[in-house]
Amino acid sequence: MDELKQVFVQESGEQLDALESLLLELENRPDDETILNSIFRAAHTIKGAAGMVEASGVESFAHVVENVLDRLRNHEIAVTTELAALMLACTDQLRLLVAAEAGTTELPTEEIAARSASLLTRLREYGPGGQVSATSPQTVEPAVQRIPSPQGGHECWHISLRFGPDVLRQGMDPENFLRFLETVGQIRHIETLADTMPAAEEMDPELCYLGFEIALESTADKQAIEDVFAFVRDECRLAILPPNSKVRDYLDLIEGLPEDSLRLGEILVRVGALTAEELAEGLRTQTTPASAEDAVENKPIGEILVAQQVVQPELVAAAVAKQTQVSEKKAHEAKLIRVPADKLDHLINLVGELVIAGAATSLLAHTRRDGELIESSSLLTRLVEEIRDASLQLRTVQIGETFNRFQRLVRDTCKDLGKDVDLVISGGDTELDKSIVEKIGDPLMHLVRNSLDHGIEPSVVREAAGKDPRGTLSLNAYHDAGNIVIEVADDGAGLNRDRILAKAIERGLVEPDVQLSDREVYDLIFAPGLSTAEQVTNLSGRGVGMDVVRRNLQALRGTISVDSQPGKGTRLTLRLPLTLAIIDGFLVVSANRSYVIPLDAVVECIERPVAEHDRNYFNLRGQVLPAVCLRDSFNLPGERPTRESVVVVQYAGQRAGIVVDRLAGELQAVIKPLGALFRHLQGIGGSTILGSGEVALILDISALIKISGQAEQRLLARPEQRSA
Amino acid sequence: MSTNRRVFAEDFTIYRVAELKPLLLESLQGHDRIELDLSGVEHMDSAGCQLLMLVKREASAAGKVLAIAAHSPAVQSLIEFYNLAAWFGDPLVVAAQEGRSHHG
Repeated sequence: MDELKQVFVQESGEQLDALESLLLELENRPDDETILNSIFRAAHTIKGAAGMVEASGVESFAHVVENVLDRLRNHEIAVTTELAALMLACTDQLRLLVAAEAGTTELPTEEIAARSASLLTRLREYGPGGQVSATSPQTVEPAVQRIPSPQGGHECWHISLRFGPDVLRQGMDPENFLRFLETVGQIRHIETLADTMPAAEEMDPELCYLGFEIALESTADKQAIEDVFAFVRDECRLAILPPNSKVRDYLDLIEGLPEDSLRLGEILVRVGALTAEELAEGLRTQTTPASAEDAVENKPIGEILVAQQVVQPELVAAAVAKQTQVSEKKAHEAKLIRVPADKLDHLINLVGELVIAGAATSLLAHTRRDGELIESSSLLTRLVEEIRDASLQLRTVQIGETFNRFQRLVRDTCKDLGKDVDLVISGGDTELDKSIVEKIGDPLMHLVRNSLDHGIEPSVVREAAGKDPRGTLSLNAYHDAGNIVIEVADDGAGLNRDRILAKAIERGLVEPDVQLSDREVYDLIFAPGLSTAEQVTNLSGRGVGMDVVRRNLQALRGTISVDSQPGKGTRLTLRLPLTLAIIDGFLVVSANRSYVIPLDAVVECIERPVAEHDRNYFNLRGQVLPAVCLRDSFNLPGERPTRESVVVVQYAGQRAGIVVDRLAGELQAVIKPLGALFRHLQGIGGSTILGSGEVALILDISALIKISGQAEQRLLARPEQRSA
Repeated sequence: MSTNRRVFAEDFTIYRVAELKPLLLESLQGHDRIELDLSGVEHMDSAGCQLLMLVKREASAAGKVLAIAAHSPAVQSLIEFYNLAAWFGDPLVVAAQEGRSHHG
């Protein structure tokens, strides 16, 4: 795929996202002109871009969509739920077509074509698929004052166009714009001018000397016609005269153009804008100004038009505002640089190596006991840390985009389920690593669907319970102690403790007579094979979901917890690390092997007396906590030292102690993933290289705690089995 | 009176116009009638069309006749779209090969 196409795929993706969210917004505010215009512009941009890369499939489909949107914008048809749904389906189809263009879809071509055909048939119900019909000109032209002409007969808009010299070099071919003009109306007559073209020697074939006088039969308004040339607005001279304009206006137009007046006059006659008599009459009066009113030659065309009441001042103001808007947008775009993701990854890798090399230097300085070297290396370390943070930030993106994607999901799901749910998004500007954002999309989708399907009750049930019939689903994100926290909360019925427990007992997940806290019961929803839904719908309820969600999150070193109040709602809280690449770690040593505990998890360190060596718990200021001994867990050889240390770690509200031989201080750990061979290894999250060149394993705290818990349960279960 | 018939098979696009311009102008030299065979031109854009307009203008100014003897579909399409057929004054003949196959 060439570069141009790649840009097209990416940009049309962005436009389609925008289109989708605008369509969803339109459903709530069907009368909002700005939204309608933005929708039209998005569709238009996609079509234009498709045309430029010769993606004809996308272009032709977008063309029909745009026609319907145009009618919508001109209030020829009204916004209905069906139409909005159809437009959303069309957005999906466009996405598919773009994917087909990029060769990234698995669907067979016939299937895509079939979908296109069926959508096109449905679109046709909303108006002609091709040209916008011109049966009733003038009726939909509210912005332009109609001026009755005694001569009559000029049914067409007159467009006078002079392209700037650089348009060809910028890859904008006048032909494309004129072809595109044909989608707004029918070109009745076109005259091509090249009068400004200099003599052969001076003529630069890569510059554009072309100009056009066009008669356009269209029901579109002036803005729509102007929009056709939006891309070259700054690069061309454009004058648009509405149908039935005064002869004077044409004369002024002639005055304002570089070509010879007589020649232009002839051309206007040919185009059909003027009759020969009108021209002769007009030119006669023009040369001898009869009154002060006629002395308008030196005024800019806009003023002339306003003076003649051809265009209302507001219209000019609107055009100016729009132009400023466009240029502001351009300026904003210029502040962003598109960088390929792999270049960034490479940078992050290099920074990782830099961190390791820096650690080696600092280690060397300390072993040599060289004061000056220590000082300079600590300065180096600080700078490296800053570079690390800055480069990691390059990869961060706001989570808002991911959240916004759920607007569509909520809408569609609610339609399917017949529920009424409001999606409230907050904390959309919270940033996190792009690689994480990509991976939490699916788990989040599961959770949102679950909430819609099982959490929020149908309106009738809600009303009966004295709640607002319209449910609320909220997505929230914020930073907390080196983590990002994402909350999915609904104000639905909450989890049914008894049913979960009953189901869990039925499935043999817990013993019937065990007493469990609410939290423990709620946590059971993450167990494999447990679904409390009475009905299995096509959305969820098959019991594969929550356990997969938890596994996916664990793979990202994240956790999920659930909190629920009967009748009030359920809140799922996801905790994720900010980045996957580098962590602050705490180095510990057992049997001369180094291990790294993520520093975020470390609470404190205490000493452990010999007397407690054989216990798998310890006493922390009166609180009894489980102890996990690394020597036992990993079957490490050698004698236990007389003095052991316990690192108290906290994870997802749970505390535990990790028993190690010796503490070795803080470090920055560049996480190197373990090879596929070690995929099933539990308790180890990855590895890192120390300054000394030694490899240290990074402990997966949550897994370690779980493993020790399971071992405990087995120990507890055995005597029971024996006695039974 | 001499006729110079030139065949162009390159694309008449912005990418090629810089090299085409001297070739086209050179073809005017020393002949009264110049015939351009453009039946092999696969693509033509506004830059190419503009260049043709220049050559036509230069030829007319020098009292010579420039005729496009054969149009490819791309050339014909653009010239018709820009409504320049009358200005060029050539009968629009589509793809010479096609014509031949009809006869033969």
